[in-house]
Amino acid sequence: MSDTVIRAEKLGKKFIIGHKVQYGGILGEALVRSARGIARRGADMLRGRAVIEGDEIEEFWALRDVDFEIRRGEVVSIIGHNGAGKTTLLKILSRILEPTLGRVELNGRVASLLEVGTGFHQELTGRENIFLNGAILGMTRKEVQSRFDQIVDFSGVEKFIDTPVKRYSVGMYARLAFSVAAHLETEILFVDEVLAVGDSEFQKRCLDRMSAVASEGRTVLFVSHNLAAVAALTKRGIVLKGGQLLFDGPIDAAIAQYSASLSKGKANRDWGKGHHSAIISADLLDAQGMPTESYEPGTPFNLRVEVETTNMPGLGLELQLRDANNLPVGFYSSSIFSQVALPSEPGRHVFTLSLQPLFLASGDYSFDIATNSLTIVVDHGVSNAIPFNVAASSPGGIAYDFKQSLGNGVVALQLAAPLRIERKEPEPA
Amino acid sequence: MNSSDRPSQRLILEAGRADRQYWRDLWRYRELFFILAWRDVAVRYKQTVIGLAWAFVRPFITMVVFTIVFGKLAKLPTEGAAPYAVLVFAGLLPWTLASSILSDASGSVLTNSQLVSKVYFPRIIIPFATVMVGLVDFCVSLVILAGVMLWYGVVPDWHILMLPFFVALAVAVAIGPALWAAAVVVKYRDFRFVIPFVVQIGLYVSPVGFSAKVVPQEWQLLYSINPMVGVIDGFRWAILGGDSPLYLPGFAVSLLVTAFMLWLGIRTFRRTERGFADLI
Repeated sequence: MSDTVIRAEKLGKKFIIGHKVQYGGILGEALVRSARGIARRGADMLRGRAVIEGDEIEEFWALRDVDFEIRRGEVVSIIGHNGAGKTTLLKILSRILEPTLGRVELNGRVASLLEVGTGFHQELTGRENIFLNGAILGMTRKEVQSRFDQIVDFSGVEKFIDTPVKRYSVGMYARLAFSVAAHLETEILFVDEVLAVGDSEFQKRCLDRMSAVASEGRTVLFVSHNLAAVAALTKRGIVLKGGQLLFDGPIDAAIAQYSASLSKGKANRDWGKGHHSAIISADLLDAQGMPTESYEPGTPFNLRVEVETTNMPGLGLELQLRDANNLPVGFYSSSIFSQVALPSEPGRHVFTLSLQPLFLASGDYSFDIATNSLTIVVDHGVSNAIPFNVAASSPGGIAYDFKQSLGNGVVALQLAAPLRIERKEPEPA
Repeated sequence: MNSSDRPSQRLILEAGRADRQYWRDLWRYRELFFILAWRDVAVRYKQTVIGLAWAFVRPFITMVVFTIVFGKLAKLPTEGAAPYAVLVFAGLLPWTLASSILSDASGSVLTNSQLVSKVYFPRIIIPFATVMVGLVDFCVSLVILAGVMLWYGVVPDWHILMLPFFVALAVAVAIGPALWAAAVVVKYRDFRFVIPFVVQIGLYVSPVGFSAKVVPQEWQLLYSINPMVGVIDGFRWAILGGDSPLYLPGFAVSLLVTAFMLWLGIRTFRRTERGFADLI
């Protein structure tokens, strides 16, 4: 029996996307345009091609010339920017998408977790959903039955197991969903960003569970933005960039490669757009209100973000502060932390935010910026939108530089009151 | 893990590769079929006041209206000595079954797009699972039919034993076009508007509210191209027995059309399903 369980050769995936060209609002022009659109789509249909929305059509390779081999029992992570092709790769491996070019060979029973709670039905109870979701993930009824108690136990929702899941809180829902997934026992497992659910205590349990899975000799392919988790769980990393394989090797080197590729390419600010919004620009401002790339520790963070919205209510703005290793160190959400939503009238809006001072260690940082809808789905996300640098950090006001690279963390803890020292008398014998 | 699922299974993924494992996969995923069917049935009458009673109310009222409009006002003839209400109901049963399968199954891939874009399984399970909902409602309607027959004192003869065959035929008539539409609608959403229209028109061009014998003799064969004609005739033959003889040449045409649509539906579905996730 061969020891290679996954072999991808010259794998490529092409998508065809359409762009909308902006026109003025003259009715006659609009009519001509829609008549042309009907003619074009009709011709496409006769030729059996798909209907693409938009006025200009473009081919786009989400994945190109990707080769790799994975042996039995290996735990490998795939890292890369948004849109680097990670999810496309997992979808091809799990037979959801068909590759345009190349081939994949799989040996063994495969299960993939591209999201938690796939197929959960709001009207059904927790118990019913466990069986439904289990079947969708490829478990037999017997398998689900034999693990039912463990699943319920792990999720911690025993009390509500016979309640329709539409009455669950977001956290309960996510915990139940992950619990079903965590009890999949296939030889090959693909996991995409599903660990970002629940509270931190539950996330830790998920990570423990994933490392247990990894140590059972099963083959796991793991996609995550959580570099700490990636580093802890896997030994080998595959870095994708623009659909191509940038690096394949030890995880530390892979993370370094990825971080290096992040810090390039700020100059061009075409960040694309989401379904309902687009982040146009984002800057860190200095005391004079001018854009800057350096931050003085212990001063307020002044940020300016320009967002274009359509008429979608309830969008929020999110900031994720990351350190030089791209590990998250801080987070802000306008909808959760301030209960402020983006205006729903279409147009461009400029947000000025002032965040409380942080005594950051010296080194490189960046803010990821995203708009999200109430269902906590990112609409438009820009990683590394505001890169900045802390040149020097001297919490004690002396010439001592508190650096990120010292390994003591990224925040210098500040005293709230002067340090007090009292002598304690020895107790009488 | 089951020893039957040992890693002996080797799988090659390639563009345009005919999937020889497909039918084996279909067997392996049979539990998913049952659970999706169960889900659709379980969810159908949730949060309604009268629940399953809807399956009684709708066909019953339709029957009353059709009997009044076609039987009393338009004074269309019945078949033999059969009461008009029984004639209508025997047509309404297969029509409701087939039309609900056609509407539910043809949109089923789109309504389950969440599944299609997140997990693999043989997609053909989805439209077939919706058939069960139609069948459950159908069984309820059978009870009403029995009641109506009892009321009018109509006693079926041995023909009734053939009813399961015609039920299967009604499913086949609907599932063929439904599979085709379910596959095509993923690419061209236009068909979302076409199907309800077809169902609406179909009610009047199929002999639901009247007897197929109303159509002039020379047009009978042409009329049978609508496969519902064969199914409804078959139902009436099974339920009313000698009062409603089966017009065999027409029935054969209906069978042929049904077989062709079934073949076309499965073929189209199989050819396009690998691209579903790209288009959804």
